[in-house]
Amino acid sequence: MLSFMLRRVGQSILVLLVVGLVAFSMFRFVGDPIDNMLGQERTLEDIERLEQQLGLDRPFPVQYLRFLEGAIQGNFGVSYRQGREVSEILLERAPATLELAAVSAVLAILLGIALGVYTAIRRDGFVANFIMSTSLIGVSLPTFLIGILLIYLFSVELNWLPSFGRGEVVDLGGWTTGLLTASGLKSLILPSITLGLYQMTLIMRLVRSEMLEVLRQDYIRFARARGLADRTIHFRHALKNTLVPVVTIIGLQLGAIIAFAIITETVFQWPGMGLLFINAIQFVDIPVMAAYLMLISVMFVAINLIVDILYAFIDPRLRVAGK
Amino acid sequence: MTDVTETPAPTRLRRILDSDLFYAFRTSPVALISALVTMFLILSAVFAPLIATTNPFDPASLNLMNGFTPPMEPNAFTGENFLLGTDDQGRDVFSTILYGMRISLFVGVTAVVFAMVLGIVLGLLAGYFGGWTDTIIMRAADVQLTFPSILVAMLIFGIAKGITPIEYRDQMAIWVLILAIGLSDWVQFARVVRGATMVEKGKDYVAAAHLIGRPSFAIMIRHILPNVLSPVLVIATISLALAIIAEATLSFLGIGAPPTQPSLGTLIRIGQQFLFSGEWWILFFPACTLLALALSVNLLGDWLRDALNPRLK
Amino acid sequence: MTDAILSIRNVTVEIPTRHGLFKPVKNVSYDIVPGEIRGVVGESGAGKSMTGNAIIGLLDDPAHISEGEIWLKGQRIDNLSAEELRRIRGKEISMIFQDPLTSLNPLFTVGEQLVETIQLHLGLSAGDAKTRAIELLDAVSIPNSTERFDQYPHQFSGGMRQRVVIALALCSEPSVIIADEPTTALDVSIQAQVLDLIKQLARDRSIGVILVTHDMGVIAETTEQVTVMYAGEVVENGTTDQVLGAPMHPYTQSLIAAVPRPHKKVHRFPQVSYGGRETVFKIEDLARNWTQSKPSKEGKMLEVKGLTKRFVEKASLIPSRTTYFTAVDNVSFDIKDGEVFGIVGESGSGKSTVARMIATLYEVDGGEVVFDGSDVVTMDAKDRAAYRKQIQMIFQDPFSSLNPRMKVGEIVAEPLIHHKILGRGQAVTRVAELLDKVGLARGAEDKYPHEFSGGQRQRISIARAIATQPRFLICDEPTSALDVSIQAQILNILKDLQEHLGLTMLFISHDLPVVRQMCDRVGVMKMGQMLEVSDSETLFSAAKHPYTAELLQLMPQLAQLDG
Repeated sequence: MLSFMLRRVGQSILVLLVVGLVAFSMFRFVGDPIDNMLGQERTLEDIERLEQQLGLDRPFPVQYLRFLEGAIQGNFGVSYRQGREVSEILLERAPATLELAAVSAVLAILLGIALGVYTAIRRDGFVANFIMSTSLIGVSLPTFLIGILLIYLFSVELNWLPSFGRGEVVDLGGWTTGLLTASGLKSLILPSITLGLYQMTLIMRLVRSEMLEVLRQDYIRFARARGLADRTIHFRHALKNTLVPVVTIIGLQLGAIIAFAIITETVFQWPGMGLLFINAIQFVDIPVMAAYLMLISVMFVAINLIVDILYAFIDPRLRVAGK
Repeated sequence: MTDVTETPAPTRLRRILDSDLFYAFRTSPVALISALVTMFLILSAVFAPLIATTNPFDPASLNLMNGFTPPMEPNAFTGENFLLGTDDQGRDVFSTILYGMRISLFVGVTAVVFAMVLGIVLGLLAGYFGGWTDTIIMRAADVQLTFPSILVAMLIFGIAKGITPIEYRDQMAIWVLILAIGLSDWVQFARVVRGATMVEKGKDYVAAAHLIGRPSFAIMIRHILPNVLSPVLVIATISLALAIIAEATLSFLGIGAPPTQPSLGTLIRIGQQFLFSGEWWILFFPACTLLALALSVNLLGDWLRDALNPRLK
Repeated sequence: MTDAILSIRNVTVEIPTRHGLFKPVKNVSYDIVPGEIRGVVGESGAGKSMTGNAIIGLLDDPAHISEGEIWLKGQRIDNLSAEELRRIRGKEISMIFQDPLTSLNPLFTVGEQLVETIQLHLGLSAGDAKTRAIELLDAVSIPNSTERFDQYPHQFSGGMRQRVVIALALCSEPSVIIADEPTTALDVSIQAQVLDLIKQLARDRSIGVILVTHDMGVIAETTEQVTVMYAGEVVENGTTDQVLGAPMHPYTQSLIAAVPRPHKKVHRFPQVSYGGRETVFKIEDLARNWTQSKPSKEGKMLEVKGLTKRFVEKASLIPSRTTYFTAVDNVSFDIKDGEVFGIVGESGSGKSTVARMIATLYEVDGGEVVFDGSDVVTMDAKDRAAYRKQIQMIFQDPFSSLNPRMKVGEIVAEPLIHHKILGRGQAVTRVAELLDKVGLARGAEDKYPHEFSGGQRQRISIARAIATQPRFLICDEPTSALDVSIQAQILNILKDLQEHLGLTMLFISHDLPVVRQMCDRVGVMKMGQMLEVSDSETLFSAAKHPYTAELLQLMPQLAQLDG
């Protein structure tokens, strides 16, 4: 068990190093950093000075190490476009994205599991079939269309909810939150539904197919043959076995929520990291892209580690050695 | 049960028509309708130049005076009629949709084929040879899988954009999109093919082929590949829907097909600007087409997965 | 018949399918008496398991009981509601499944699963339920029951898990237990223990047992009454002694005739002629064009010396920390020209690994495989190709040994074309001839494997194996996946191959009576080691090694069979 965890941590570090290499290569090879930082009017001395300052004259591995060193300290340089420290911009934007992602994730996971279990148990029921058919529309509707649709309906036509921005936010020592004001909460409704809906449908469909798979297993037949009630079989025996694979998938889905936040933020002009990233791609603002990449990699890797620990909690085969 | 009676072997067509899969297809209204809609949309995209009333990207055929004509109403200035209305530039929405769908489908199909070929090759190699080959390929897949594919696609797009010189960016955009979506999607194929290959590799018919002395390459292509293709078919169908959506999403975000070669996503991006001022049709019809396309392909994939899964029978 | 506790009367099960109404169980009747074990025997697809599922109300949709009645202790139960039937399941009628590895929920401890079932049926407090659970574990002879109560299923061996399954079936003192092939997945030694346990429990607790099996040995050793089923129908009902010793129905007669006898060797097995299954094969016709090879050096075709195989158990980057499991440990034997050499052993004994190393499917970790005087292990690629042309193999599972995406004709032609023995045109004629000689109807070459039954597929495998006119044939459990009547047919073909074509064979099996019928000499393996090699008649009459003696003693005697 301990060696399993150590191996996972080792793998995570490896992932981060690879991502770091990608981010660094972007810095180094995509576009010319000198071109990007100095304008048209520049002298040879300017170029040399900057080259030295950035360490571009050093060998590649040294540059990579220096980049990593900077990255660990949160130093990603200056945005080409805004001329401010990247870390500063990111920190300012992070709370908006994280609040949106957290609310959507809770929505998607709770509803997704509940509906998935329901549609698996009532496999041939009318309601379950209806939910399943609707869910296919949910999977086929791109997130941005859901967003536009909701805005059109609730903001333009009904004028109930705001169509863009975070509303009023409260500053809690560097962390701005929209959860404490009425307008902040109102602003959160549409974006979080937009972001959560697609993930919810995915989770629901996955839970359903995993559960159906489990319900076909011999030990479920045997439980039935012992006369256990359907409730016990479904919610005790089947659900726990379903959760083993589902936990992994939900971990990946959490990562997807952070990624899909980019789209939602664009549609709702939500001032988060995703919007920042999209603008960075459009203007080839490499430091922002690289920093964003590193930051969310850390998040993904952390989520995956937590999933692994949860996994061991659910599955005794990982905890106790077999015969 | 008897061995003595002679039954002639049926022809290939007869086999297909008699198969359980075709029977399931024939008797499933969902499968029939979604296949019909998909075929219809693909054909109208392929034959867009013949069906479309105008070529919307030929500046000569455009008349700015025709701008913002609502559907099925004559234009206030020119009196011209447009089935689905026109956009701000006076382009016929019906024609732009046909041409847009062409781009969407082209990008989607090419990206999926690219991802599929890459995934099958890597998956077969990893599953068949195991050991270090497997470790390297599957670790790479794991690392990539940590990141949602849409993000990987965005990133590849961003990097490629940075590398291409500005004057070529618009021309290259479509190919960069294909590369980005294709590279973000190969992992699905590789994982499934690897898993299936490992199962097939353990079966005795592969041992029998070894025993005959067939070389590894022949065993992989002749024996294993045909037996791992049915899950690949399912994933390819579902991936096509996902690729179309991914393309639309990237184009909508402004990091995909350029306005000079608009896909359905680009059209929706353009239409969104006019939604709140009342010109709903510029967004509505492309959005409906996108939904119809994605939904019918998804329904087909979903049905195919259930039909090919022997355990659900 | 008044003391019957469970009585099945004229039950028919229907499954509506695309091709019309399918009746896997037709008009089946039998009674269960307390304390008595009734065997239900038949070949696969005979409807024996389906009847068991029908009794307990576990038929999968859309299968259902369309006619007949089931009475339990004077109460009719086939027409009860799902909820009422559930109360009877586990309480009055329990079930034991075939595969103990999948019958227990892997995420709950054995104790949790027992206590849950006990509380459900007996309404005991948690403490009392635990006491009873431990009593039950004791009753099925699980050592250290208190400790084992808190362990998970994966910490138990296969035989121990089946004991846990039996304990679960006993939770509420049921009056009937339906055991569906309860020992098929277990090794002979474990099988005997589990059957003894079932016998003892039935007697001591007066439980009526329905024992569903395909194995005549199990029937002979365990049951008092037998019901023989064929194609969904009961063809014979009676006491075990009567049915085995003096079968009335022609199907039962032919079935029993096909069972390999442990005590005398027969020249050919009687063919099962019931239900039009007769197959004509003409191996002797092939002998005319068969090029007889020169005798091997010193008359020894194959000599295995100190053969060893290790599998990596746990890989590690540091070579010294990698742990290995020795599957085959220093095994030596030789096979003479024209001989059938048998290797017998339980699962995990390494017998198949030996076969696969000889076939060059596994790398050899130590020792030599000398074929006609030259060592296969150290051969270069060219010699190896020549070696492979002279050996062939027949596998256990007829469903996985043929590529499902290739036509039968292509499958049989592949070795001919690969070794450039014949051109494509000539190969077609040769393949048709081969398929005809193993008894397949004309036109078989244009069909796919799934269009054939298990026995037919095994004959296709044989056709492929003899296409290149090999000298040496490796048979790895060639009949263990087949019904007994089909087994007789395949064994007869193999005997023909030896007799008419002079093939030398290595015959791997776990089934002692089959080995006795087939082999001239036999080696016994256990845990990777060859314990003894001797003449098969000597081995069966006077085993030297105690393990061999134990295996022989566990072998069903089938004394009733021949009066």
